[in-house]
Amino acid sequence: MSIFDMTIHELHAALKGKHISSLEATSAMLARIEAVEPHVGSFIMVTAEQALAAAKEADLLIAQGKCDLLTGIPLALKDIFLTEGIRTTCGSRILHNFIPPYNATSWAKLRDQGAVLLGKLNQDEFAMGSSNESSAYGTTRNPWDTTYIPGGSSGGSAAAVAARQALATLGTDTGGSIRQPASHCGCVGLKPTYGRVSRYGVIAYASSLDQVGPLTRDVADCAAMLGGIAGHDPKDSTSVDTPVPDYYATLSQGVKGLRIGLPKEYFIDGLDPDVQKTMDAAIDTYRRLGAEFVDISLPHTDYAVATYYLIATAEASSNLARYDGVRFGHRAEAGGLLEMYTKSRSEGFGSEVKRRIMLGTYALSSGYYDAYYVKAQKVRTLIMNDFSAAFANVDVMLTPVAPTPAFKIGEKIDDPLQMYLSDIFTIPVNLAGTCAMSIPAGFSAVGLPIGLQLIGKPFDEETILRAGFAFEQATAWHTRKATI
Amino acid sequence: MRMTVTEVEYVARLARLELTPAEKELFAGQMGAILGYVEKLKELDTDGIMPTFHAVPMENSFREDVAFSSIGLEKALANAPDRAGSFFAVPKVIE
Repeated sequence: MSIFDMTIHELHAALKGKHISSLEATSAMLARIEAVEPHVGSFIMVTAEQALAAAKEADLLIAQGKCDLLTGIPLALKDIFLTEGIRTTCGSRILHNFIPPYNATSWAKLRDQGAVLLGKLNQDEFAMGSSNESSAYGTTRNPWDTTYIPGGSSGGSAAAVAARQALATLGTDTGGSIRQPASHCGCVGLKPTYGRVSRYGVIAYASSLDQVGPLTRDVADCAAMLGGIAGHDPKDSTSVDTPVPDYYATLSQGVKGLRIGLPKEYFIDGLDPDVQKTMDAAIDTYRRLGAEFVDISLPHTDYAVATYYLIATAEASSNLARYDGVRFGHRAEAGGLLEMYTKSRSEGFGSEVKRRIMLGTYALSSGYYDAYYVKAQKVRTLIMNDFSAAFANVDVMLTPVAPTPAFKIGEKIDDPLQMYLSDIFTIPVNLAGTCAMSIPAGFSAVGLPIGLQLIGKPFDEETILRAGFAFEQATAWHTRKATI
Repeated sequence: MRMTVTEVEYVARLARLELTPAEKELFAGQMGAILGYVEKLKELDTDGIMPTFHAVPMENSFREDVAFSSIGLEKALANAPDRAGSFFAVPKVIE
């Protein structure tokens, strides 16, 4: 087996047994990146030199007998995570020259465990997009078919895992930005419960919805990565101080007697027939494994996209006010201060970011605040209530991740509303603040991956990981590899 | 539904954005379509429903009042497009 085909747990065993060094593994990954990057475009920047230096340090740790699960493992980060001394652009021209003075907590935790950073991954600009087409640094392509989008906004994070350019990656998910690209690229992607992982040092899009999570080859790796980043952080007052369970330990407990809810609003007419077939087969698999299915309803599902595009854009318009050319990032030539703000922002932001700032500004503006912003927050309460009521009767929910497999590059770029509607099954989870995971569950007729979504109760990542692991043990979808 | 170009210009000014005439036309149509779509929230009766600001209910999060070191002046100014001594420098404020 090539090193780049390994999972974290496989490479960990090889590192621990001294069969492979982290330096060998990291060199193999860098060679792989160089070979396939021209076809995929997952990275904004490859940090080869730093990676090799970090690998040598990890080998020293391993020689001293300190070989944790993530020690010496080559990983990559969405370019939304601040990395000290390493340029971080968030996919935007406005941050083309930004060198962060500190690390995001999630990355600092991985690095402290000896993980190796291969580079910074492409994404939609400021995580605003579902296709990676809004990046100022080129479009990432789907490794399964390079004429298709990889999904977004963590498109580079998903494509890099699918193209075996990194063993695992971190992404962020505000409305589906981990789960949708994971589904489209055939990898595992988990959005933890809001507050489970620190957002410190993660460039903010919509602060009440953003959450950090892993993208991996399989569910066991996902558990390892989540364990590596979860937990309270004094630097993020919204991170929650509840103990982090050993996600690895409970993986193989099976799903016998597990009550799985099927929300009827997610199994609509007009669902792509390949997606429908995949869901039917997955339900059969879980039945065989001893799970029970319960029909449930999340009655306000149809209002989630509208609610999201008011709340997320309102928060974005406020968060992105900091890009004014004063302290960091792009500064335009201007005679006066106001002109400098306006010019810097207009030159630095791309079209989708401008559109969302405009929408959010409108929703918060005098005369419209109650009708749009407060109304959306009230509907958010109704959506949250839907989830708590449904979870009184079930342990997890099973749904599609997206209504269709990946679409073609360019297909929806001129119609933002159509693009927004492709997130219809992932957005409600962010509004409710709970956790969900996409796992590979099949392929379309033309060979594009299709994921299924497991939604868990707040802070019950253990159960969706366990359910995902059981499915993975019973199927072979996650072992298929994109031929690139 | 359509936004007028005047409305687009007003919102752009609030957001400190300068749009080209082509962008104004494009955004008028696209924002109009999106605002038309979100109108559907009006179908719902939300009287008496409390708005949700945050998914996880939380009180103020306090830490011990203990001083700790920060990143320091040089690091904080390292990304400054322009500086004057220990300050960020900007173009003249009063025009």
